[in-house]
Amino acid sequence: MSEGTDAPLFSTVDIDNENREDEDLFASAVQEVSLDPEVNGTHESFEKTTSSDVSSTPAVVSSPIMEEIATERANNIIITVTEPQKIGEGMSSYVAYHVLTKTNMPIFSRHEFTVLRRFSDFLGLHEKLTEKYLRSGRIIPPAPEKSIVGTTKMKMTSTPSTENANGSNPSASLHSQFVERRRAALERFLNRVAQHPVLCIDPDFREFLESDTELPKATSTSALSGAGMLRLFNKVGETVNKITYRMDESDPWFEERCVRVEALEAQLRRLCGACEALAGERRELAARSHDAARAAAALSAADPHAPLSRALSHLADLHEKIEHLRVEQSNTDFYVLTEHIKDYLGLIGAIKDVFHERVKVFQNWQHAQMQLTKRRENKAKAELANRPEKIEQASNEIIEWEAKVERGQQEFDTISRVIKKELERWEETRVSELRATILRYLEEHMKHQAQSIRYWDAFLPEARAIK
Amino acid sequence: MMDCVEETNHDPLTAPPVTSPSACENKTEKKKPSENVSLADNSLLVDISDALSEKEKVKFTVHTKTTLPEFQKSEFLVVRQHEEFVWLHDRYEENEEYAGYIIPPAPPRPDFDASREKLQRLGEGEGALTREEFLKMKEELEDEYLATFKKTVAMHEVFLQRLAAHPVFRNDAHLRVFLEYEQDLCAKPRGKMELIGGLMRSMTTTTDEIYLGATVRDVNDFFEQETAFLQEYYSHLKEAVAKVDRMTSKHKEVADAHIKLSSCLTQLATREQPPTERFLTRAAETFDKCRKIEGRMASDQDLKLADTLRYYMRDGHAAKAVLVRRLRCLAAYEAANRNLERARAKNKDVHAAEQVQADACARFEQLSARAREELLDFRTRRVAAFRKSLIDLAELEIKHAAAQQELFRKSLQVLGECQ
Repeated sequence: MSEGTDAPLFSTVDIDNENREDEDLFASAVQEVSLDPEVNGTHESFEKTTSSDVSSTPAVVSSPIMEEIATERANNIIITVTEPQKIGEGMSSYVAYHVLTKTNMPIFSRHEFTVLRRFSDFLGLHEKLTEKYLRSGRIIPPAPEKSIVGTTKMKMTSTPSTENANGSNPSASLHSQFVERRRAALERFLNRVAQHPVLCIDPDFREFLESDTELPKATSTSALSGAGMLRLFNKVGETVNKITYRMDESDPWFEERCVRVEALEAQLRRLCGACEALAGERRELAARSHDAARAAAALSAADPHAPLSRALSHLADLHEKIEHLRVEQSNTDFYVLTEHIKDYLGLIGAIKDVFHERVKVFQNWQHAQMQLTKRRENKAKAELANRPEKIEQASNEIIEWEAKVERGQQEFDTISRVIKKELERWEETRVSELRATILRYLEEHMKHQAQSIRYWDAFLPEARAIK
Repeated sequence: MMDCVEETNHDPLTAPPVTSPSACENKTEKKKPSENVSLADNSLLVDISDALSEKEKVKFTVHTKTTLPEFQKSEFLVVRQHEEFVWLHDRYEENEEYAGYIIPPAPPRPDFDASREKLQRLGEGEGALTREEFLKMKEELEDEYLATFKKTVAMHEVFLQRLAAHPVFRNDAHLRVFLEYEQDLCAKPRGKMELIGGLMRSMTTTTDEIYLGATVRDVNDFFEQETAFLQEYYSHLKEAVAKVDRMTSKHKEVADAHIKLSSCLTQLATREQPPTERFLTRAAETFDKCRKIEGRMASDQDLKLADTLRYYMRDGHAAKAVLVRRLRCLAAYEAANRNLERARAKNKDVHAAEQVQADACARFEQLSARAREELLDFRTRRVAAFRKSLIDLAELEIKHAAAQQELFRKSLQVLGECQ
């Protein structure tokens, strides 16, 4: 990278450090289980900041649309989502998250502010952004999926477990795991939006981060509502359109990218499967270590030889500890690697949406083109038949359609240009993100191994003590 | 059942042992559990110098070196199969003279079903894997097979070594025949009928055990305690073996899961720009190395923990057999007592009955004394072996974890530099 990238790099480091201190503070407030992935989220967001700075620097050059945006280029903004808390009881209850924003961007009135948002607000934000920007070819970071099972489970658990999630005593229950996963995903979503030069300055996004008042409830995001159904139909229609309509690609760049994105998606799906399998195997191994620990404890109780019995009971303890270690390893497999790849897949989905949007614009343009030709034919026919009133009407129509064709072409050119820009930006981010994820993954596992060494080291004298 | 599986699918696992001599001649490792053998002198040394896997059977080449005058030569080789080892073991069990001794447990039947089954599953799932993944999985399975093979050989060797080192067992005529006789011993591989027969036999011994336990009242606290201990300990050992086995096999699967991860990353790398490609390829290499270490961890756990537990489970069973034999002897003694009383009452053949009773008494006393010694010995042996295994296990775990940590550290360094 060029020298120009250095400056923003440094300025972000500062914020990140600040944030890390904060992180510790929160870590103590939030349950222990969540500590690990939470740090993950921040790290990733940090990586994001760094990388987007890097990528947006050369972005200034080519497109005129980007130029105005790129003046804003260093998005010094870090968002953390913390303290999920359950509000209300029964089926009408929901989980609200504290969204803390730290920034030095002038468009925000303060440097640090926090708001309380519920999950549907996040979805509403995503919805709004999609409505506004998908048509112009922006890659909208995908919001976490709605999970009816998880939500219901969460709703059904009584309030005490929410207190657990809030901090006092760590509980490894499924429910808190679900909330934690969602929290981390939401955090990544917001940071992705925040790092986007256009989406970040969107008034709705700013309102989401800043406004102290509750946001109007986004009803259309509910999975079971009428709007949800409508969306489902739309989606089906789109899919049919996607399958049936084939656009003859004139731009080799797009042709190449389309193929590449498809291939990437297939590979990532495989990789995602592999990661999930590893995490799953590791989790099972944890369960079996637990069984082994129990068996060792029973054996220890039956052994009449005191020192050996003691050593066996230590072996049982050791395996209990190893069980926890395995769970942690599995969490690392899952939270660090798998979740990242899932995000990655989500982004690819967003890219495909954008591609599809371009196809739709192309379709419109082609349609206008066709209409124009038809009108011209009409006019020619009218001229042949020498019917002045028809000629008049046809000429008007031709002017009208010419404008439409022009608009269509313009729109198509714009969307193509924006998509190119967006993809280039994404390419750079994704590579550095992937890098960061793998490094982080290895680092975590290195720590796990160190822990394992400590456990066995402590056991060794016990084994030696058998006389 | 098993036969048809093997006939129908000609799996690559069985193929190499038959075709290529390099793969089938597995030299045994001499370092295997010598903790069970106290080599007092070198007058009779036995080892398995070679073993050959042929489809169903494994042929062990038993190598003997001796200075004992009972043997015709000082050094000789014979080829033996698993069934012949079992035959030898049964001869010891039958012999009343050895009733008071813990007879070394017969080695377990060579069992490669697990690896075979895995290979078969691998073959079925071949479509879902890339060529490279498939080869790696296969290699992994072959290693596993080799490890099982070596372990089987070692178990057979330990059995013979324990016999050869034993001050009484080493002089047994059957052992001499086993070691010296160049032809096949007439120990046929078990057919189905014999399997049923074996099942019946083991059932009768179990009922015998229960019957004796219920009817014969033991007069000796030591043996009573010992019986209770062995019963309980045996069941716990069995449980522990099963659990640890499940754990290690899962650990192996964790290791194997790295293969796919590594190959997916490699594939991903092929489409990237050179720097990213390098990065991903290195990362894939790391995962591959990580897999190997995890695999070694699993196999060492198996070797040090599961196998020790397993061995003592079987040895514990042998010790239990001694107690049963003692009870049987006690029952015979009590029967002789009753006979004597009856004879005295009838005043008929008193002298003969007295003689029988005295013999039974002497036999029982002797057996009890011997059994007591053996059981005490068993305890110390067990503790020593557990100690050694646990220390070894801890040391190996530390070694592997350190290797793993070092691997991650190094690759973090390399990957960090790789821009």
